[in-house]
Amino acid sequence: MNPLPLNLALLALLLWLTLGIGGFALAGWSRIVSRLIFLVTALNGLLLTMAGFLALQSTPDLFKIGGPIPVFPWSFRLDPLSGFFLILLGLLAAAVSIFSGSYFQSLPVPALRRLMLQYHSFLVGMGLVLLADNAFTFLVAWEVMALASYFLVVTEHEEPGNQRAGFLYLLIAHLGALAILLGFTILAGPMILQGGAFSAMLHSTLSPFWASAAFLLTFFGFAAKAGLLPVHIWLPEAHPVAPAPVSALMSGAMLQMAFYGMLRVDFLFLHQEATWWGLFILIIGLASALFGVLFAAAQTDMKRLLAYSSMENMGLIMVALGLALVFHSYGLNALAALALMAALYHALNHAFFKGLLFLGSGSVLHATGTVSMSRLGGLIRSMPQTAFFMLIGVLAIAGLPPLNGFVSEWLLLQAFLLSPALPQGTLSAVLPLAASGVVLTLALSAYAIIKFYGIVFLGQAREILHPHESGIWERSAMALLALLCVTLGFIPGIVINLLHPVLHELIGQSLAPQTGIWLTPISAQRASYSPLLFILGMILALGLSVFLVSRFFGRPLRRVKVWSCGFPLHNSNMQDSPAGFTQPLLRIFAPVYQAQRAPAADPKQWVLQIGEPTYRLVYRPLGRAALWISGQMLRLQQGRITTYLLYSFLTLLILLAVWR
Amino acid sequence: MTEATILQIVQIIFVLFAAPLLSGYIQMLRALLQNRRPAGLWQPYRDLWRLFHKESLVFTDASWLFSFTPYLIFAALLLAAGIIPILATGLPLAPAADIIALVGLFALARVFQVLAAMDTGTPFATLGAHREMLIAGLAEPALLAALFTASLLSRSTSLSMIVIHLEQLRFALHPSMVFAAAAFFMVLLAENARIPVDNPATHLELTMIHEAMLLEYSGRHLALMEWGSMIKLLLYLAIGVALFLPWGIAPVSNVVALLITVGILILKFVFAGLLLALVETLLAKLRLFRAPEFMATAFLLGVIGMLSYFMLGA
Repeated sequence: MNPLPLNLALLALLLWLTLGIGGFALAGWSRIVSRLIFLVTALNGLLLTMAGFLALQSTPDLFKIGGPIPVFPWSFRLDPLSGFFLILLGLLAAAVSIFSGSYFQSLPVPALRRLMLQYHSFLVGMGLVLLADNAFTFLVAWEVMALASYFLVVTEHEEPGNQRAGFLYLLIAHLGALAILLGFTILAGPMILQGGAFSAMLHSTLSPFWASAAFLLTFFGFAAKAGLLPVHIWLPEAHPVAPAPVSALMSGAMLQMAFYGMLRVDFLFLHQEATWWGLFILIIGLASALFGVLFAAAQTDMKRLLAYSSMENMGLIMVALGLALVFHSYGLNALAALALMAALYHALNHAFFKGLLFLGSGSVLHATGTVSMSRLGGLIRSMPQTAFFMLIGVLAIAGLPPLNGFVSEWLLLQAFLLSPALPQGTLSAVLPLAASGVVLTLALSAYAIIKFYGIVFLGQAREILHPHESGIWERSAMALLALLCVTLGFIPGIVINLLHPVLHELIGQSLAPQTGIWLTPISAQRASYSPLLFILGMILALGLSVFLVSRFFGRPLRRVKVWSCGFPLHNSNMQDSPAGFTQPLLRIFAPVYQAQRAPAADPKQWVLQIGEPTYRLVYRPLGRAALWISGQMLRLQQGRITTYLLYSFLTLLILLAVWR
Repeated sequence: MTEATILQIVQIIFVLFAAPLLSGYIQMLRALLQNRRPAGLWQPYRDLWRLFHKESLVFTDASWLFSFTPYLIFAALLLAAGIIPILATGLPLAPAADIIALVGLFALARVFQVLAAMDTGTPFATLGAHREMLIAGLAEPALLAALFTASLLSRSTSLSMIVIHLEQLRFALHPSMVFAAAAFFMVLLAENARIPVDNPATHLELTMIHEAMLLEYSGRHLALMEWGSMIKLLLYLAIGVALFLPWGIAPVSNVVALLITVGILILKFVFAGLLLALVETLLAKLRLFRAPEFMATAFLLGVIGMLSYFMLGA
């Protein structure tokens, strides 16, 4: 047992807490202080990452403390699974904190002080979720995370819409937490009274019914946090409202906490899965991914688009997780390892590219004062470096080789191709079809994200907003994340080798060790991919064609007015508007969108409204049902004391009859 | 340099210089079928030569993406030309990317083309950009279904391995592969901007998809893009050949064998070109919103292919 990683991680969290409290106390002094604190926070993120790396290599250590009040059983443990997510959290927190130091300078001092406290509590909460070793610690950390993020979402609480978004988020977060609590209670049985140690839940021997109940409850609870269908509605409301660095953390790291919870419960606690669990997760994941990507493509607000895209990416992770569970339930552990690797890799990728894109939208907001895509355009000319880093994020999230998004996509498709190994005939024939759904999602996500980039950064400015390049700290944070995206894309073999302990812990088996520049998850005959060779060939071909063309046909370029087929009138409104870009999709998938046109205040204009169909299909009927039931319950209320006495008497009688 | 490396370079150069010939051949056939006088096999070479010598115009506030894109597209296609087994299997570049990565490579080229089109900020280019993304997005599931069928049959996603495996099967007709071939052919038409999805020869900007994105390009930039489209068509046909007519591609040992391979390959391309010219003559261009139905048909064919693999095991 090696106590170092856990001690290091706890130290880092303690330091974050101190920084938060220190920031609350000191941020009023001078702007420099808050900048410095954020810098230390970033360095501390790297410390946490280090703890995570160490945890991947060493046997886990247990750490119990009595806590401030001795009856509360705080308990912490750091195993490779937690280590992996600590790396994710630490790296993302480092980049986001570098960004925050400069981003939050415009806040008024009281708000800045509050933010320092909430921001750091949020980080600590997420860290504690990963380190928790019993249900009690886990749930407390979960609540700290949820509350801190709620306060962060409503940072700009003066806007009326923001409070509503925050409330929605808080409501769903609590529904989820309740479900998790119930799930843990089933899993731990009577041990829940001692705090529900995770070691007691390991390999629980529940009857199939109770195991399924625990699975469904925990899945619902985590899905509420992960933003899956149909409990995703807080996601597109909360993200546009929250400040950009907070969105980056919530989308990149907090959603993954739900994934972490699912991994721990489904693989370690409920180790004998029924096949339908995996299928259930797969179907919900695929539905969320398709839904998310279709609605991402329809958005006209940069951050709302990214929020729906997060939903899509979580959906893809769930598809991989579901596939892994299906394989695992048939004992095909090698295949489960492949699917699980795809899920883990995608979680890491998503943290980095989505973090990058959210930070970039924050920079756009600061530079132009808006994130409404219909007002932006042509930012690549005034913010060239931001645009370049964003381009890397866009290419990565679109799943293009040789960047990181492609690696996880590739692994997932390889896993799908292995599904004929399943002994169950129908399943092995239907699963490759799900792969087509995944590919459709990926293709549409390219559509959505190119809309995002093309409308905002390319073309001509739609309004005159006088944008300027973002500050050096903001750019370096984006550069760091872009670098991580590139690195994860170029050396997948090394990353996969690092993650072997996580897979060993979860399913007792991992992929074959990857050697050299090749990525060969199964065998070299089966499939191989070498990003390094790929990029080398690309650079060679690019260099050669540039050299040859300019050598032989290198007449100087001439700058002219844009031609546009010779049409004499040309202005920026003739470009695609964000809604115009999506028009083909709106038309093809009209039954999904249910878009409605309504006349606007200006008689020359029309408004296209795309509502959230889950309200109409799920929440309104639910609300009506609740109202109807309450109406029926109202009949009990007569307002006369004798009736109530009668109720008490009847209750007593029934209780006596039942209990005796 | 080993033989394999030399062969690798030979293959890339072959693709580079055969692509305009293939386009010229298809154009000639089409002209003949439509009772027009053909411009001759060598017209595409003359066009490219002329374009390369012209001055390139770049609009005033173009970003680096605009002038970078033609080179990137060209380079991506060159790399793809090295990966696909056209003349021989087991080339050194082949394991760098399997068929999924190859699709990704084409997607990379396409995304840059779309971004460059959006950089111009002109109405036609952005129109073309979102149409291109739509067609590609709908074609991709169909493409994957077709490719998956071949991969399931040969238990590999490496194109070289698929060729080697399918060659051993001799001329047995696989029902699944017939369906997959039909699906793949439909995707090929869509991805290469050909009738009935797009019309490479249209003069009306409003009906353009692919060409609309090239409107602002001129001179050597345009030459690279046009050459790239020709190479892309050849590469798609080569993938089709590798998947569905693999006989004749083999690890080549000497020059005579290489010449025989090239001969067989030319025969296959002559046949494929005829098929393309016939399709383009007999069919009319679909309205844009009929294209989804076209893709859905392709996808369905791919799915039937996959299902018949599971039901018949072949």
